[in-house]
Amino acid sequence: MAEKSYDVVVVGSGPGGYVAAIRASQLGLKAAVVERSEIGGICLNWGCIPTKALLRSAEIYHNIERAEEFGLKVEGVSFDGTKIVERSRAVAGQLSQGVQFLLKKNKVDVIVGNGSLSAKRKIKVESDGKVTELSAKNIILATGARARTLPGLEPDGETIWSYREAMVPKSIPKSVLVIGSGAIGIEFASFYKTFGAEVTVVELLDRVLPVEDEEISAFAAKSFKKQGMKLLTGAKVTDLKKSKSGVTATIDIGGKTETLKAEKVISAVGITGNIEDIGLEDAGVKTDRGHVTVNEWCETGVPNVYAIGDLVGPPWLAHKASHEGVMVAERIAGVKGVHPMDTTKIPGCTYCHPQVASVGLTEVAAKEAGHEVKVGRFPFIGNGKAIALGEAEGLIKTVFDAKTGELLGAHMVGAEVTELIQGYTIARQLETTEADLMATVFPHPTLSEMMHESVLDAFGRALHI
Amino acid sequence: MPIPILMPALSPTMEEGTLAKWLVKEGDEVRSGDLIAEIETDKATMEVEAVDEGRVGKLLVAEGTEGVPVNETIAVILEEGEDASAAENLAAPKPAPAAPAETSPAPETKPAKAAVAPAPAKERPAGGRVFASPLAKRIAKDKGIDLAAVTGSGPRGRIVKADVEAAPKTPARGTGKAQASTSSIDARAFYEEGTFDEIPLNSMRKTIARRLTQSKQEIPHYYLTIDCVLDELLKVRKHLNAEGADAGVKLSVNDFIVRAAALALKKVPEANVSFADDALLQHHHSDVGIAVALEGGLITPIIRRADEKGLAEISAEAKELAARARDKKLSPAEFEGGSFSVSNLGMFGIKNFTAVINPPQAAIMAVGAGEPRPIIVDGEVKAATVMTVTLSCDHRAIDGALGAQLLAAFKSYIEYPPSMLL
Repeated sequence: MAEKSYDVVVVGSGPGGYVAAIRASQLGLKAAVVERSEIGGICLNWGCIPTKALLRSAEIYHNIERAEEFGLKVEGVSFDGTKIVERSRAVAGQLSQGVQFLLKKNKVDVIVGNGSLSAKRKIKVESDGKVTELSAKNIILATGARARTLPGLEPDGETIWSYREAMVPKSIPKSVLVIGSGAIGIEFASFYKTFGAEVTVVELLDRVLPVEDEEISAFAAKSFKKQGMKLLTGAKVTDLKKSKSGVTATIDIGGKTETLKAEKVISAVGITGNIEDIGLEDAGVKTDRGHVTVNEWCETGVPNVYAIGDLVGPPWLAHKASHEGVMVAERIAGVKGVHPMDTTKIPGCTYCHPQVASVGLTEVAAKEAGHEVKVGRFPFIGNGKAIALGEAEGLIKTVFDAKTGELLGAHMVGAEVTELIQGYTIARQLETTEADLMATVFPHPTLSEMMHESVLDAFGRALHI
Repeated sequence: MPIPILMPALSPTMEEGTLAKWLVKEGDEVRSGDLIAEIETDKATMEVEAVDEGRVGKLLVAEGTEGVPVNETIAVILEEGEDASAAENLAAPKPAPAAPAETSPAPETKPAKAAVAPAPAKERPAGGRVFASPLAKRIAKDKGIDLAAVTGSGPRGRIVKADVEAAPKTPARGTGKAQASTSSIDARAFYEEGTFDEIPLNSMRKTIARRLTQSKQEIPHYYLTIDCVLDELLKVRKHLNAEGADAGVKLSVNDFIVRAAALALKKVPEANVSFADDALLQHHHSDVGIAVALEGGLITPIIRRADEKGLAEISAEAKELAARARDKKLSPAEFEGGSFSVSNLGMFGIKNFTAVINPPQAAIMAVGAGEPRPIIVDGEVKAATVMTVTLSCDHRAIDGALGAQLLAAFKSYIEYPPSMLL
């Protein structure tokens, strides 16, 4: 059989890979995707999407528990953990199907198997012991990443879980120890807390959600504690002893040692790129601390070999991977006016309760970068819609450059902020200044009015505070 | 809807102007065609007339304000039934005057024509809108960067922050002070305070500084000098002036020079050109500019189709243009364009000098004094009236031999005036 040849072969069908392939195909390039497991990658199957399905169940449950507050009578509320997980899997399945359809519609060949770089401009695909070779003018590596493991905290699938096991619990454990308070750790903490587990979060750094603005971290922490979550910051798990009933963890908190029993442990200590077994070394592709090294154009330094998404490092976000995929496909196709990613324009969302979302520089980072800043804040308690929704807990913070009026960053905690952040992201992308944001009409009554007020507040003009 | 009146662009090169005088006051009724303001540009004072009718709601720029950027809202006209509060919204300060489209709904092209038309000038494009992000505009304004000179890397060439940050600092439009800063050295640093008076630059001075600096920096000048014997010309001139005295004809030597230059350009059409980056524009007519010294500057009105005009006609036109130039009453159409200029300092006794080309022209002739000098004819020394002229040429458009041909043709017309009659 003559080997197939393509303009672009993408290894990995996650949100980086499948989007790159579709865009390449749209631009008239013959494209294929090689996938060893499920179409849609971790995001669709084991990440973003199924966790949102779980968290939606948690949110509805939480709201039902509050029914009385809204004048509703609901009795005998309970939940079925199996069904919650089933729904989550069904949602993931539906979307994976959807991506398969999109690839077909865009005439992208899907090739099942382990893809790896072989000779120059060749991709070797192994599937069930059979090896085929594809010839590719351009190769985009998009193999993604997996949970990082720490010695002694290796997930065993039983008592020590990674995100993967945490997503499909057989039942809700009585107690959960979450190690790591980034987006993944905090989302699971929030989910299990809502369904009644005793949750303890251990964070090595001095605050939870450490990449967020300090004020937002503090606000969220206060809210988590109010819900009954135990947060141990500046803390480290030094030992884990497994027993029949779970684990006994030894935790070092700023020099003091504490022991803690939990039924399950969720290890969420970061992720590491899937750099193994894809032929990087032989091809001469460089790696650094678990990720492929690339320049701003996602070029690996080996001609016609690109790498995108989680494989190349933080921020580990699906939308960043997709954007890089589009950028690389357009560069390959010779589209004019393509720009490298600017990480300060990538929004980040955490779907805990309350939600957290941000874009751009934190106040501290802005000052460290030498900006003289103007900071605006507006609390949910000052917003009519938030009060009507019964979601009066939250804060919207904006950081401006005092001289130019550039919106350097926006940071939010509270209901629906993951849907609101896009407004500020557009503002950053279009390089609006405070003047344009002030001149923008925000609909009443909405949560978005707080985005306006926060901007006004930064310049001493807030109306409702 | 209140109608904004924008600072008009009275010429393609106009970037800002002085609002010299309001001819209406708030509350006045105006009709289409009424004069509403006098605008002083780099080179002339022009009257602006209303295009729409209504009542003057608000005058937003005070009389005498200098450096008003083109397309800035200067006044608001109210239509029937509207009160002054309707004008307030339009009166809101605009963050960046370089973008005219911010306050009015659809001024995509030639916003200056929306409500006002310059009274005497021909319709001309006022330069395209500059697309830039609000942040880029603000940074440009703060740093004194002219957005018109920045290449945008954003969608459809939109100028973004990174472009402005990467741009070299250039004078910004609308910032009067930066406008004329053609020198990177601040001369004040070299002189003790109190030992000089500071005379602010008027818009003409700024334009001269900018355009002539640009000319000398961009145009590879070279110079050709030749002597012309004037005795024949002076005889003809005396004769013609005597004959035409009753009709008021009084020809100057300069009138002959303009005519001779126009005919030389016609004879050597390859030298009647402008350099346009990707092409040479070879002109069909000989449009010859005459440098006129004014109080505080100079201007070069143009005698159009001078090759088709007789000496008397050129003479009358030159006098009339010079008079109006001194009153700053020229319209831009009367001093822009052309392919050649004559600068004459003979009346000051200057023997020889070189002049700076006035873009987009490609040559300028510097004319010295006609004076008695010894010349050698057939091996014998004779007295003659001799004038030295020096031609500055744009080497991108006119090579040395071509420039020499042009100058030789000029000399032959000057030295044998009857040939100018042909």
